[in-house]
Amino acid sequence: MAQSVSSTGAEDTFPKLLDRNARIWGERPAIREKDLGIWQTWTWAEVREEIRAFAAGLSGLGVAKGDKVAIIGSNRPRLYWTICAVQSLGAVPVPLYQDAVAAEMVYVLQHAEARFAVVEDQEQVDKILSLSDELDVLEHVIYDEDRGLKDYDHTRLHPFAEVQENGRKALQADAATGAALDKSIAEATGSDIAVMLYTSGTTGRPKGVMLSYDNTVVSARLSCEFDKLTEDDEILAYLPMAWVGDHMFSYAQSYWSGFCVACPESSDTMMQDLREIGPTYYFAPPRIFETLLTTVMIRMEDAGAIKRGMFHYFLGVARRSGEKILNGEPVSFGDRLLYGIGRLLVYEPLKNVLGLSRMRVGYTAGEAIGPEIFRFYRSLGLNLKQLYGQTEASVFVTAQPDGEIRADTVGKPAPEVEIRIDDSGEVLYRSPGVFVGYYKNEEATRSTKTEDGWVLTGDAGFFDEEGHLRIIDRAKDVGHLKDGTLFAPKYIENKLKFFPNIKEAVAIGDDRDFVTAMLNIDLVAVGNWAERNNVSYGSYQELTGLDQVCEMLAAHVAEVNKDLAGEPRVAGSQIRRFLILHKELDADDGELTRTQKVRRGFIAEKYEPLITALYDGSSQQHIETEVTFEDGRKGAISADVRIVDVETFGLDARREAAE
Amino acid sequence: MRAPEQEAGAGETLLAVDNITLSFGGVRAIRNVSLDIRKGEIRAIIGPNGAGKTSMLNVINGFYHPQEGLISFRGAERRRMKPYEAASQGIARTFQNVALFRGMTTLDNIMAGRTLKMHRNFFWQLVHWGPAAREEVENRRKVEEIIDFLEIQAIRKTPVGRLPYGLQKRVELARALAMEPDLLLLDEPMAGMNLEEKEDMSRFILDVNQQLGTTIALIEHDISVVMDLSDRVVVLDHGEKIADGLPAEVQANQNVIEAYLGVSH
Repeated sequence: MAQSVSSTGAEDTFPKLLDRNARIWGERPAIREKDLGIWQTWTWAEVREEIRAFAAGLSGLGVAKGDKVAIIGSNRPRLYWTICAVQSLGAVPVPLYQDAVAAEMVYVLQHAEARFAVVEDQEQVDKILSLSDELDVLEHVIYDEDRGLKDYDHTRLHPFAEVQENGRKALQADAATGAALDKSIAEATGSDIAVMLYTSGTTGRPKGVMLSYDNTVVSARLSCEFDKLTEDDEILAYLPMAWVGDHMFSYAQSYWSGFCVACPESSDTMMQDLREIGPTYYFAPPRIFETLLTTVMIRMEDAGAIKRGMFHYFLGVARRSGEKILNGEPVSFGDRLLYGIGRLLVYEPLKNVLGLSRMRVGYTAGEAIGPEIFRFYRSLGLNLKQLYGQTEASVFVTAQPDGEIRADTVGKPAPEVEIRIDDSGEVLYRSPGVFVGYYKNEEATRSTKTEDGWVLTGDAGFFDEEGHLRIIDRAKDVGHLKDGTLFAPKYIENKLKFFPNIKEAVAIGDDRDFVTAMLNIDLVAVGNWAERNNVSYGSYQELTGLDQVCEMLAAHVAEVNKDLAGEPRVAGSQIRRFLILHKELDADDGELTRTQKVRRGFIAEKYEPLITALYDGSSQQHIETEVTFEDGRKGAISADVRIVDVETFGLDARREAAE
Repeated sequence: MRAPEQEAGAGETLLAVDNITLSFGGVRAIRNVSLDIRKGEIRAIIGPNGAGKTSMLNVINGFYHPQEGLISFRGAERRRMKPYEAASQGIARTFQNVALFRGMTTLDNIMAGRTLKMHRNFFWQLVHWGPAAREEVENRRKVEEIIDFLEIQAIRKTPVGRLPYGLQKRVELARALAMEPDLLLLDEPMAGMNLEEKEDMSRFILDVNQQLGTTIALIEHDISVVMDLSDRVVVLDHGEKIADGLPAEVQANQNVIEAYLGVSH
């Protein structure tokens, strides 16, 4: 089957691929959604009908070639259909992060000059209406979920079903409507802009990355071939639609290889839906894997002594031999036997609970994953791999081939990708997926993409002996202590974040005398610990200030220091002092990006008094911070944050020796 | 669910209580109180502790029988009605202290609220085939709609005893809604909740009122919630009605201020 797919080369856009899929896989499932507790399925033929009807409806509202259509909401079939419907008309879909507050949205909507918006529900409609004074280009808003919207003014507001029904009628009434749609689909070529994705941007304003069909369709084809994805695979779409990863996995690859995409019931039910679907192909950022591991570990703490003992014993067995077995390396008979028993008793039931029983290929990307977390999943027999990608590359820059998996690399160049490391250590690449340019931002395009098509990633890295790429950190984040010791913040933070009690960490040290860290506790893990130890607390803030919590985290940090002391290159960057932040770092407050990456510059500015205190020897510091609630209102919280000194290993001896 | 044909504040009286007096031995819990609840509105009953609010709800509900006075529901006068009769006529309620089946799942608790809508007899239920199974499917669908409406999909299969308090309150609301009531009585729906839970609950109460067209009578302590939510407010103090009207009027009423803050004598 897979061959018949790759041999046809005529389908160079997604609407054309949709026609092909409806032809050859008409009766196969294309997309599922859990609604009222039951999984509803649409076949490719049905999806084609839905999309054509909606496209005709949109056309009736005035959507024309070249228009931008914003798409805002969580992963719903109708919103995925919107992408294809918009593309069928030669217009450009612009997915936005649905949890962005109104003020963040307005920039993207204005910059993209969106004439239409297709949104999920009342929440998004309210946001857009609250911005309507600033959005003079925006004409019509179409919503999927009609709850609470009955009494709104419907001159510019339309229910999805109504627009689709109008389209359906138009298609039935007049053959010319269908012919015009077919013509528009046939006229589109690979070089047209397929989608505009705004990068969340760890610095500055978001930029609109324009990707052509040649970028996305070809990247989808290459990556499907690389992982041998076929129409028999199944995935769960739960990551933001505005993120290039979701666009590639849940849309482009699905259209290319015909696999079925399942949309969860709601974001809260993701874990249950994952178990019910049992995807064969799974993608998650490191944070999700961390959270899963944390939950498992917490629940095991509550289990009976026998179960707990068994769990930890077999995890030990898995650590010893699991990865070797997965990689096909020789393992002694005894270990193999033990691993087999472990599979029966622990690994398979655990995988089932996590919803990963059927997983054939799993990827993690977006950020470096802690090696320990990565090995944990690998040792259970899960084919979890790393890839390195960017929006500007239509995701794929490097990926780990099966059987060549290591925790500390991001793999070999993906098919048809060339990679070069420049003199400063920055990674550059050139590939079929390289973006067309940033929308209305020639200057940024020029500074990122060279004349001959090389893209600067902004990441520092190097190739190891086996040709695998290793990323050290963002090139601009890698720094040095005053005495010249290498300081790679992410490397330290990842070690810290492996502890279930630590949710987020920010290491500071560039151009300083020593390294310090600001930590976020994990409310689930620490809250559970407090419950088991009869420690009472009233709020997150109170929990962070408890003596026992400080001691616990100090022990974790000391362990990281011990670990760092064992690695000569980074031994000097042990953490001397740390503090526990009184609030969680949050994307709504601008401290994280929408994809949950730490925005260092912003944090350094915002918590300036705390950072000063980390270096001036004081043991306590008062801070007042502004917080943004989910509905966009602002409030302030203040706290006295304690600063804790930690044990270091062999650091003073080294320093004395150096002097 | 039902087509929300009623317009809010259309004025038609759904339930009227006339000159009610309720005593327990020598204690007069309610003294000569009259109030009406109009179709489609949110009616709040407020007052200091011991003012007789919950007693009033119990009277409406048919749990207590007043010694004096009249109650009419949908224009028909009623006497000595049992709570289950009130329920079958379309009056549902939630309780001040959560009264759910703690060992049962959210889904089963809400299904329990459909009991009055299940018509097959015990033996059919036992066979659970043909008509009985069909009936259960229909009822389950309604329940799923309510689950969707109150956004509790994630706890569908969780025993309610394990849920946080705020969610238990929401499950209780769901169970009351499962009866598809015309009049919904809420006894302190936001007691013991944090701010976020209160905001969520307020949203749901408004949604129930506007989307489903259900008339709501609620007792609440949190005055700011009452002022924002309700169309009309009645204030009780020591079993007597001291004010009745729009939220703003009630708030400005000197008697109410005195009842809440106390006066120097």
